[in-house]
Order: sequence, then structure tokens, then C-alpha cells
Amino acid sequence: MSDPNTEHFVAPIDDAVVEVDALKLDQKKSNLWLDAWRDLRRRPLFYAALAMVTLVTVMALWPTLFTEVAPNSDCQLANSNGAAAAGHPMGFTFQGCDVYARVVWGARTSLAVGILVVAITAVIGIPMGAIAGFFGGKVDSILSRIGDIFFSIPYFLAAVVVMSVLASMRSVWTIALAIGGFAWASLARILRAEVLQVKNSDYVMASEAVGRSRMSTLLRHVLPNSLTPVIVTLTISLGAAIVAEATLSFLGIGLGDTIMSWGNDISKAQTSIRTSPMALVWPSLALTLTVLAFIVLGELIRDALDPKARARR
Amino acid sequence: MTNEPLTTDITQQANVVVEEAHDVDPNKPLVEIRDLEIGFETQGGIVHALKGVSFDIYPGETVAIVGESGSGKSTTAHGIINLLPDNGTITGGQVLFQGKDLAHAKQSELYKVRGRDIGFVPQDPMSNLNPVWSVGFQVREAIKANGIATDKRDVQARAVQVLKEAGLADAERRMAQYPHQFSGGMRQRVLIGIGLAANPKLLIADEPTSALDVTVQRVILDHLESLTRERNTALLLITHDLGLAAERATKLIVMYQGKIVEAGPSLKILQDPQHPYTKRLIASAPSLASRRISGTQVDHVGGPEAGVDVAELASKHGHGAVEAASKPVIEVKDLTKVYSIRKGGFKSEPLIAVDKISFSIPKGTTLALVGESGSGKTTAAKMVLGLEKPTSGEIIVAGTQLAGISRKDLFDVRRKMQPVFQDPYGSLDPQRSIGAIIGEPLRVHKVGDDHSRADRVKELLEQVSLPTEVAKRYPNELSGGQRQRVAIARALALKPEIVVLDEAVSALDVLVQAQILQLLADLQSELDLTYLFITHDLAVVRVVADEIAVMEQGKIVESGTADKIFSGAETEYTQKLLEAIPGSGIDWSKLG
Amino acid sequence: MLTYILRRVLQAIPVFLGTTFLIYFMVFAMPGDPIAGLFGDKTPNPAVADALRAQYNLDQPFLMQYVLYMKDFVTGNLGVTFSGQSVNDVLARAFPVTLKLVLMAVVLEFILSVVTGLIAGLRKGKLFDNASLIFALVFSSVPVFVAMFLAQYFIGIKLGWAPVTVGVDTSWGAMFLPALVIALTVYVTGMRLMRGSVIESRQADYVRTAYAKGLTHRRIVPVHIARNSLIPVITNTAASFGALIAGTTVTESIFNIPGIGKVLFDAITKSEVPTVVSFVTILTVIYVIVNILVDLLYAVLDPRIRYV
Repeated sequence: MSDPNTEHFVAPIDDAVVEVDALKLDQKKSNLWLDAWRDLRRRPLFYAALAMVTLVTVMALWPTLFTEVAPNSDCQLANSNGAAAAGHPMGFTFQGCDVYARVVWGARTSLAVGILVVAITAVIGIPMGAIAGFFGGKVDSILSRIGDIFFSIPYFLAAVVVMSVLASMRSVWTIALAIGGFAWASLARILRAEVLQVKNSDYVMASEAVGRSRMSTLLRHVLPNSLTPVIVTLTISLGAAIVAEATLSFLGIGLGDTIMSWGNDISKAQTSIRTSPMALVWPSLALTLTVLAFIVLGELIRDALDPKARARR
Repeated sequence: MTNEPLTTDITQQANVVVEEAHDVDPNKPLVEIRDLEIGFETQGGIVHALKGVSFDIYPGETVAIVGESGSGKSTTAHGIINLLPDNGTITGGQVLFQGKDLAHAKQSELYKVRGRDIGFVPQDPMSNLNPVWSVGFQVREAIKANGIATDKRDVQARAVQVLKEAGLADAERRMAQYPHQFSGGMRQRVLIGIGLAANPKLLIADEPTSALDVTVQRVILDHLESLTRERNTALLLITHDLGLAAERATKLIVMYQGKIVEAGPSLKILQDPQHPYTKRLIASAPSLASRRISGTQVDHVGGPEAGVDVAELASKHGHGAVEAASKPVIEVKDLTKVYSIRKGGFKSEPLIAVDKISFSIPKGTTLALVGESGSGKTTAAKMVLGLEKPTSGEIIVAGTQLAGISRKDLFDVRRKMQPVFQDPYGSLDPQRSIGAIIGEPLRVHKVGDDHSRADRVKELLEQVSLPTEVAKRYPNELSGGQRQRVAIARALALKPEIVVLDEAVSALDVLVQAQILQLLADLQSELDLTYLFITHDLAVVRVVADEIAVMEQGKIVESGTADKIFSGAETEYTQKLLEAIPGSGIDWSKLG
Repeated sequence: MLTYILRRVLQAIPVFLGTTFLIYFMVFAMPGDPIAGLFGDKTPNPAVADALRAQYNLDQPFLMQYVLYMKDFVTGNLGVTFSGQSVNDVLARAFPVTLKLVLMAVVLEFILSVVTGLIAGLRKGKLFDNASLIFALVFSSVPVFVAMFLAQYFIGIKLGWAPVTVGVDTSWGAMFLPALVIALTVYVTGMRLMRGSVIESRQADYVRTAYAKGLTHRRIVPVHIARNSLIPVITNTAASFGALIAGTTVTESIFNIPGIGKVLFDAITKSEVPTVVSFVTILTVIYVIVNILVDLLYAVLDPRIRYV
């Protein structure tokens, strides 16, 4: 079947400009981190979460900025379960302590636990995951096996065992070690998977061809490009660690009575939930909002750094 | 033609090939595209991918659309059946299929037309089949959706027939297998079979062979051609390769930046291109280069507006007029690499990736190592670069033996030999600035101080024709071709004698590819560089190589100067590779 | 496929040994008199202390202790609690109860993840997508015990829609509320996964080809988009199992459900460390088995894995 229209069509040549591979540079520089930062700045939710995190941090560092009431020593049984009064906006606990002051001072503990857990998780998890993923072979087998073993014990259960055994030594450090000492396995797995992908990139080969040692290539080229899931996971872990500490305190194997924490307060307040629910509600709210702030932050960062999401935007 | 009733007897089914003829008037166009405009919503605003495209397709005709990336050719193909991604819309014009406008049709009408009247063959056979469903399942659902058969046994019979026509030997058994158990070529045939299952009037094939090995490409295209000719199906072929287009289609449409710049009978356009862009395409197409050379004479395309002429580049190479006196800069003897592959259960099998290959490269020349996937060429390159340890054999680079070499000595040898890799989007660390990337070799080898390194980076950027302000930018701000220039600049930083180019231009568009090839040629003569050029594309080889070594399954099956091999290969495999070059089937005698 | 199963089970054995060893180590290799440690912060009763010393073979070298412990464990001799009950008996009674609770929670979590994730993914960027995300995130930030309290208080006491405590009536209906609350606190990860998979699948080449074949939207969504998106969600269910376990411990204590979690909770509060260890070990073993099962399920769903 032939097309009777076998004419030779040519578009107007005058306005034809054939540009091959012209360089078009935007005003602003662009790479993964810069673009992600710009994306975050555009979202109101980011500012909300950031504000909350900042508030809690400031509260933790300088509690006296927020209250002059000493949370432990000013307790008077006469005030037991009292409602809100002047100078005590959140009422009193069963023992007559100022709820507001305890909430303010409790921030320090929760944040400390969160940060310590994240630090431990990172210090163990990152090297384990990176080395296992990058060097492969026997090293990977051994490290992954170890990781599997730790991964198979849900960190909550492990913390339960450790805190039960260490009954006499409960402190922020031991709790952080109990949780972080097992939570690292999850991070190591995630990082290992990312490193496995990144190490196949040509720029890794180029780095070795230039003469860098394998370790140097890992540190200079592979790790920086594998950080995305690490940052997201660590941010979310901070929130999760705070919840874990609260749950352990609730079960009675968290921080001891002497240490002020939101978890302890919630635990103690549950017996008087019907008479003064606010002693339960305020620390719960503080806890939930803090954790929410970190988790939301983590999710936003994940979205901002996701190359696929960026391509579609 | 009568309707052959579908029987439930499978053996009888297999013999039924001819189906009802298409009920069309051969003198009226099947498809009329009128001023089609398509736009995409992106963060930076609306991108106009198609800016008013018009053409016709007649029944039984084969039309090819040629263009580079961004030309709009793929968008046109998808736009005809309105298969655009979420952010794409048809903003103007019409797509008239037998008089009905598909651009403004209802969803239900589109469902009817797709598959039944217009079939589609996509580009990448791996990602276009759902990995979790069996191949038979996916064929059957196409048959059911297009109303070809409804009874379960009829559907099965028809599906088996589709696979048989696709050339699968034991079609019944393979119906239950999954896509990853088929080879790339086989999968593409299945997709072609699915596209033709309902005997559509038009088949749109979007770069149907780009993701396949070279020798498989020709087979698939021949297969496609015979099927469409038998059934008198119109074929719209999308491709980036001008030679392929001219070879397979009677009508050629050249697209550039969303518009048609030239259209008409394919041979006429090859012979007498009018538009500057078409001229550039022809000048830059390696597959057409060999035809335009006779001896050292080049049949030019005409005018300086034709840009880089790869035939010119080719005419400077491959004549074997190299001084034998020059000592070889790379020497490889009986190089072998054996891997241990774990097979299924708990055993492992040896895989011989490279099998006793030998070659040598004199200074200032280019050796092309050619082969398809699995030939071992990349493994060989990695061993030469010292990135993989050979199982046995010798590698001598600039006089130094690589076997058993100490780490320090290997470090020193690396200064003389640097790579450029294939993937421009993966060969530059996205976290580093361009200046840092280019300067890294200098830092690692402790050459000069910060100041002198910055100067050297500027010098290198100039050598690869990039503006110096690029140094502060990041890789994702540059195009593929620009990134390759950066990769080349990085390779030259330490003033090496040897550059190993592993498919360095394979991922680039034709015009950009020609520019990079020109750049490489200029640098080679300026700096007296020696190139080891790895590629699967024999056409490109013609343009760059002095000597050629053809690899198949780990062995070098043939070697010689470019002239010698292109004028008459000795082995069957090389002959197959030569014939597989798109455009080699064009009957040049028809040209004036 | 068979080799895959075999390999997976074999891989689990060193993990099983390693995990049990680790738990044992944590308890018995700590500095100090292990028996005193077993009592938590209470003073040891000499008679019980001696009996425990014999039970735990503490006169043997450490590794030998572990081996003997494992021998007992594997042969089903799990010892006694402080109140004299055989651990086996306690387990036999409590396990089915917890199983019901966990099963309900898993199923609810799965349904929540898949349904909300699917809709959010199909309507990316629209109201449902943003709202459902915030909703799920809020739920996951509230500590389980707080959520349980609130549920108990508002739905149980104030509204009277569900029983406040379960006690003896361990029917499905009675445990629905606690199971739902557990599911709500953990479903966010599954939902995000499903949503992400759906978004990816919609853009996938094979989906576009499915449309090109002439298939309708109604067929493509369940067969090609949802089916492919399920795989990561199901594997995530195994990971969430760990969080579920933490949830059941707290839940059973608040709602007074006589399951393993409650026993564990009681043992914790009474500092009955040996019982705590036994139960934690059991729960961990269950976790390992669940992981293996999920890997196998993954192979069923994704044919590519079977042939690796």
C-alpha cells in the first residue's frame, strides 16, 4: 500500500537553530542536599516540627527558664491531686508535686535517653552496616550473622531483660545501652542495603582506578552517598527511643523513682486516673507531641531526600 | 476473506495463521494526526513536549519517527493512544483514527481501541512485563480484554498460538514460566506477540530493540517486519537510529524539539536532506558512516551546518598505516578470568568470563574491543585497569608487569592509565562539585598544591570545551554529554598515556556522541594518547578504531585493522555483527 | 524453591543459637552473684536460692551451663515459676490467648495499612493522602500504654462500647478493642510502604503496557498495582511483629488479658528474672520463626526469589 502523499516535507529553515548540548545553568546551585533543604523550607509542617523540637531542647537544657518551682522538693501532700491553681497551671500529682514543673524537668531525661540511644545506635550500626555491605565476602557473612542475632531479639524485649537484671543500676545510661545495644541491628541492615546499591556506581570504580584504597573509597564516596536512610532512621529512632523508655518506666523497669521522667509520671498517675486525670494527661501530651515532632521530622526529611519524589515534583 | 472459526483443538489452531483482513480502504489514511500538542506539568512550569505535529499513516504502511531524546518521538507514540503519565495532557490538535478523534475520546472508547485496533510494543522488555505473573497469564489477559476469545480453552489455545508465532519452541510449557526466566529477545517477541494478538490495524513500536543485544536486534526487527507484512498491519516505528529507520520504513519523519523538521520517503531524505538538523543527523550517524567512505574519500553531507562528520573521523583511522616501530603501550598475553558462580542449591560452577585473550596496543593508536553482553570485554577492561585480579595471564602497562605488583607500584602505574565509564549519571560522585571531581586524582597523587590544582582544573575544563564556572557546580546540573566531558577531564588530570574508555559514548544521543568522538580524536592527536575502546557498537568502532578485536564468550574470535574487518570479516560471528549494524540492509544502489 | 526453604531454615539455626545464648549471657554472665541478680532488687531466700543454683547448674563452667539450659529448653523442660507453677503449664494456658490477640492485631494492621496505603497512593497529594498520613503518625507517636488508657477510659468507661477488662472472657469480641489499638499504633510503617509501592507501581512500565494492551483501570489496579505493592508490606509485617510483642505486654496488663504478655508483666514487676528470661526466650524464638515464615511467603509472592 503506498502513500500517494510521498512529498518531501521540510520545516521552515529560517527559524531553525540546532543547538547541540547547550549548557543551561540555573541561578542557584543544585545537588541532593541543597535541593532537599529548599524543599523542606517550603513546608509549614517542617517549621512546626522544628519548633517543637527546639522547644523541648531548650526545656531540657535550661528548665529554669520555664519554671522556678523545684519539681521534687516543693511537693506537699496537702496539695495532693489538686486542680490547677495560680502559679501551677497543670495542677498537682498524687504526691502533691507540681505537674507543670515535672513536665518541664522531665524533658531533659527523655531527650537525654533519645540522644544517647541514637548515638549508640549510630556508633555501632553505621560501621557494621557499611563494612559488611562494602567489603562483602566473609566479612559480610560474619557481620551480618551477628547483626541477625541482635536483630532477632526485639529491642523492647531485650531491654526488658537487661533492665530486670540490672535492677540496682537503673539510670539513663543503662537504659540507653539496653535499647541502643539492640536497636543498632536494624540500622545496620538498612545501611548495608543502601551501601550494596551505591557501591555498584561507576564513580566508586573511578575512585579505585584513581588509586584510592578501598577504605578510603568507602569513607569518601560510598558513605556520604548512603546517608539518606540513615538520617531518616535515626531521626525516627529518637522518637521511638523516648517511647520505649516511657513504656519501660510504665512497666516499672525503666528509670528509677528518683529520676524524673515523663514515663514515670504517667505510670504513677494511672492509679489516680479517675480522680485527677490531668496528672496523666499533661505528661502524656508532652511525650506524644515530642515523639510526634521527631517522627514527622524524619518523614519530611525522607520525602525531601527521595530522588524519585524529586524527579516527579 | 472468510472468518476461520476458532476451534478448541490446539493442533488445528497452530495452523491457522491468516485471520480476517482489516476492513479498511487502502486509499484513505488510517491515522491522521493534526497539529498535536502535548504538555507536561513540572515543577518549573509546563514543558511543551509536542508543539504541533501533523502526519498520516496509511494502511499497511511502515512509518519511522527518528529523533534524539527530548525530540518528542516517544511522546507522539504514547500520545496516539493517550497513554501519557499523570502529569501529561494533550493540549491541542487531533488524533483521527479512521475518522474518530482519540485525543478527545471517552475512557471507554480508548479501552476499546487499545489492543484491538492499535497495538503497542514497548521499549524495555524486562520492565514491561509484570514480574509476579506468568507470561501466559499476561498473554491471556490481553486476549480476554480484546474480545478475541472468551471461552477458557479458546483463550488458552489462542495464547499458545501467540507464543508459537513469537518463535517459542515449547510454547505450552513456557506459558507457566515467569518473565525473568526468558531471555531479553524472547521477552520482546512475547511483547510483539501480545501487541499483535488481536490483529490490530496499526502497531506502534517504541524503540523495540534498543534494550537488546545487537545481533538479536536484527532478528527481532526481521520478525516484526514479516509479521506485519503478512497481516498488512501498519507499523509506526520509533527509533533514534537513522540507519535503522531508513532500512525498515518507507516513510521517514525526523523530529527535533517537539516539531517535525523533515518528512518524506526515507531513501530520498538520506540522499538529499534539506533541513540542517537532518543533515547533522546523517553526518553524525556512525551506522551510515561506513557507506559514505570509499578509501580515504568521504561523501560529505553538505555544508558546515552539518556539524561533526563522523565519516571524516573514520577516514583518519583504521588503515593500518601505523609505524610498527612504536613500542606497545599495553600488552596482554593469555589473559584469563574465571569466576565461581553459585548455582541454585549449594554447589558452585566455574564461569570463564575471559578465556586466554592476547592483544597489544601501539602508542598513539586506538584498539577497539568489541562484543555483546557476556562477551567478557568489560571484565578484560577492568583487569587492564587493575580493578580485578586476573586468574592467569600477563598484563604489561607502559612497560610494567601488573601481575604480583606491589600496592605502591600499582599506585604509580595508575597515573599512566585512567578510565572513562559508560554511565554519565553514575560516574561522577553526586555529592562533590565538578572542580572537586576533576581535581581528585591530583589530590590523591599529591600533585602540586591547592593553587596549582585549581589552575590545572581550569586548564582541563578548557580542553574539554566546558566553561570554567562549571567547576563550582554539581553533576546533576549537567547533561549526559557534559558529564562525559567532565569524566574525560578527570581522566586527563594526571596526564596519562592511556585512557580506557568503557562504552564511554554508548549512553549518549547521536549528535552529542559525535561531538564527544570528535573531542576524543582531537585529544588523542594533541596529547599522543593511546585508547582502549570497549563497545558493543560496531558502527562506532568504524569511526574510532585503528585496530579491532572481536570478543565472543570470553575469547577473541577475530582481530585486525578496521579496514580489513569492515571490508570482509573472516569469522561467522563477526559477519553477523557487521550485518547487524542498523542500516546495513539499505539498498544503496537505489540512491542516485 | 525447596533449596530456598532449606537454605533459609539452615540459616536460622545459628541465629537461634546466637539469640538464646545472648539472652542467657545477658542474665548470667553479668558481674556479681547471678543468683542475687535473679531476684532483682529483693533479698534472696536461701532455700530458693539453692534450688535455683541447682536448677541452673551454676557449679558448672559457663558454656556448660548454657548447653544444659538449652537442652532443657529444647526438650520442653522449662522449669518452674516462683509461685511453683510449671512454666509449661502457664505457657499452655496463656499462649492461645495471646495468639488470638496478636493474630487479630496483625490482621487489623494489615487491612489498615493496605487499604489506607492504596487509597493514599492512588490519590497522591490530595486531601486523603495528607490527612491519613498525619492521622497515622499521631497514632504512632502515642505510647501504647497511653493509647490503651485512653481507649479504656473513653470507649470502655465513658461510652461503654467495649469491655474494660477481659479477664476470663477471652473471646474475639472482647479482645477486639485492645487488638485494634495495637494495630493503630503500628500501622503507619505499613501504610507508608504500601503508599510508596503503589505510587511506584502506577508509574511502572508494565502498568503502562497493561493499559496499552487494552485493559481497564478496574482490572489493572488490583491485578497489577495492588498485587505488586503487597510484597514489601507483607515483609514489613514481620518486622512490626517485634513492636506488636511490646504492645501485647502492655496491653494484656492494662486490659487484664491472661496471655503471655501478662505473665511476663507480672514476672517483671515481681522481679522473677528466670521466668522473664524463659518467656523472653520463647517470644524471641517465635519471632525468628515468624521471620522465616514471612521470607517463605515472600518467595510465594515474588517468583524471582524462588530461583535465586
